Amino acid sequence: MTSTTGIIQGVGEGSIRAIARALSRVENGSSDSTDILDKLFARQQGFTIGVTGPPGAGKSTLVNRMITRYRADGNSVGVIAVDPSSPFTGGALLGDRIRMQSHASDPKVFIRSMGSRGHLGGLSGATRDASCVLSAAGYSPVIIETVGVGQAEVEIADLADITLLVLVPGLGDDVQSMKAGIMEIADIIVLNKADRNGIEQLESYVKASLEFISAGFKKPEVVRISAVNGEGLEDLWGAIDRLAATHPGENRISRSAVRTLNEILRENGMLFSEKLLELEYNGRETAEELILAGQLTPYAVGKKLLERAERMFEHNGSN
Amino acid sequence: MDRKIRVLIGKPGLDGHDRGAKYIARALRDAGMEVVYTGIRQTPEAIADAAIQEDVDFVGISLLSGAHNHLFPEVARLLREKDASDIILFGGGVIPEEDIPGLKEAGYAAIFTPGTPAAEVVEFINLQMEKRQ
Ligand code: B12
Ligand SMILES: Nc1nc2c(ncn2[C@@H]2O[C@H](COP(=O)(O)OP(=O)(O)OP(=O)(O)O)[C@@H](O)[C@H]2O)c(=O)[nH]1
Ligand SMILES: [Mg+2]
Repeated sequence: MTSTTGIIQGVGEGSIRAIARALSRVENGSSDSTDILDKLFARQQGFTIGVTGPPGAGKSTLVNRMITRYRADGNSVGVIAVDPSSPFTGGALLGDRIRMQSHASDPKVFIRSMGSRGHLGGLSGATRDASCVLSAAGYSPVIIETVGVGQAEVEIADLADITLLVLVPGLGDDVQSMKAGIMEIADIIVLNKADRNGIEQLESYVKASLEFISAGFKKPEVVRISAVNGEGLEDLWGAIDRLAATHPGENRISRSAVRTLNEILRENGMLFSEKLLELEYNGRETAEELILAGQLTPYAVGKKLLERAERMFEHNGSN
Repeated sequence: MDRKIRVLIGKPGLDGHDRGAKYIARALRDAGMEVVYTGIRQTPEAIADAAIQEDVDFVGISLLSGAHNHLFPEVARLLREKDASDIILFGGGVIPEEDIPGLKEAGYAAIFTPGTPAAEVVEFINLQMEKRQ
């Protein structure tokens, strides 16, 4: 079952071990990860919900509620929970699962914790690929919880079909410093911990901020909940269902395909650039040294690499 | 390739002593590993299932309540039953010396008792990883 074909077949059969292995392969960027994703891509069938917001806002507690909700409807639910990796040691404490463990032994719930592994933006580099694996294995929705950092919203909104931004009372300056752009990106703004003081203040602040949303952007719905005592959850489910209904399945998949292509193009660009650096400067380090020594500017390096690539294309273009 | 050592730290049963488990979890994180912590009061089943979904290399069980002779072997049995006996088991907590041979027999590669420096646990994991390659 450690063979590539074994894993792909296992994912198709819903084998938990195979799905877990496939996730590790794509997360580690193993040599067979693109083969696995190539086979699984077209099998994706689910929709994805992103959950983002500051540390401790109650994202995991809410995800736990969402699992219960979708399980009651008979869906299989996948969860990818990203926690920060230490930039110094690369280690990570993955604790989101604590709040979801009551679902651990449900064979129709698959929860996977991931370290951000140096990737900025609240996700890990492999989150999109991991979501593809779970979706192809039949989990729908796939719920993605981001790292609780400030700028995560943009990236998750690009990945997920529906993005929830979870805010809580007492954030104070945190909310105030949030750019209108971030609020625009969320599909639903969830005001959690409604059982706490300050929820009114938060709601009026958020609603006032939304007044400034640029024309042409859809205003997110604002829903007040308490993830611990369950208040407001029915309203939230209603808001999610209304949004889900406006995203027909095929539309979603073609959107996801284009975005995935974009990501692959970016990664390929990086790979090709490294190769060109190798040819032109014997590698990236030398180029960096030259730049630091003031002998070259980054722009000169970029231009050199493009010229090199063009010469190579001209050379091959004639046949 | 960006392979990380993945470890799950679990606390089965009703035991609420979680300082040791959290201490070990943080120490392993600081040693560069990815550590999934399940929290307290887990069934052996929930620990085994989580370990498989998370595709961890190691499962470390912590118990101070005295129920280790029942709960430790149960986690081991479930992992075997779920075709995951390649996951390396270890554990720690308040465990009398005389119980350790039995737990090793049940599939635990090592047991760490109170006062163990975290570095010893890190070393154990690194050694096991080397042996595996
Ligand atoms: C602090 C403490 C408490 C705290 C717990 C706080 C918390 N959140 O953890 C409180 C006051 C709540 C408490 C309550 C109780 N306690 Co108490 N408690 C202790 C005490 C004094 C220290 C435990 C501790 O935190 N040590 C510090 C940590 C860092 O050490 P550690 O857990 O042993 O971990 C080390 C190693 O064991 C090992 N390790 C541990 N886990 C793991 C896991 C892995 C994977 C690895 C590799 C290593 C490893 O590495 C760590 C570092 O060296 C011990 C006595 C003792 N000396 O151990 C009693 C002790 C554990 N408690 C005991 C009892 C009986 C209770 C109560 C039942 C008392 C009561 N009647 O109410 C309750 C039960 C609570 C519950 N819900 O389970 C008994 C258990 C008896 C037994 N095993 O037969 C002990 C041994 C005291 C005694 N001598 O009687 N307790
Ligand atoms: N009072 C109250 N507490 C809540 C509510 N929702 C979550 N909490 C608590 O807030 C704390 C953090 O909850 P989590 O769900 O772990 O938050 P999170 O956003 O996932 O946290 P990170 O993943 O660490 O960023 C926990 O103690 C929860 O019990 C709520 O609606 N009301
Ligand atoms: Mg969380």
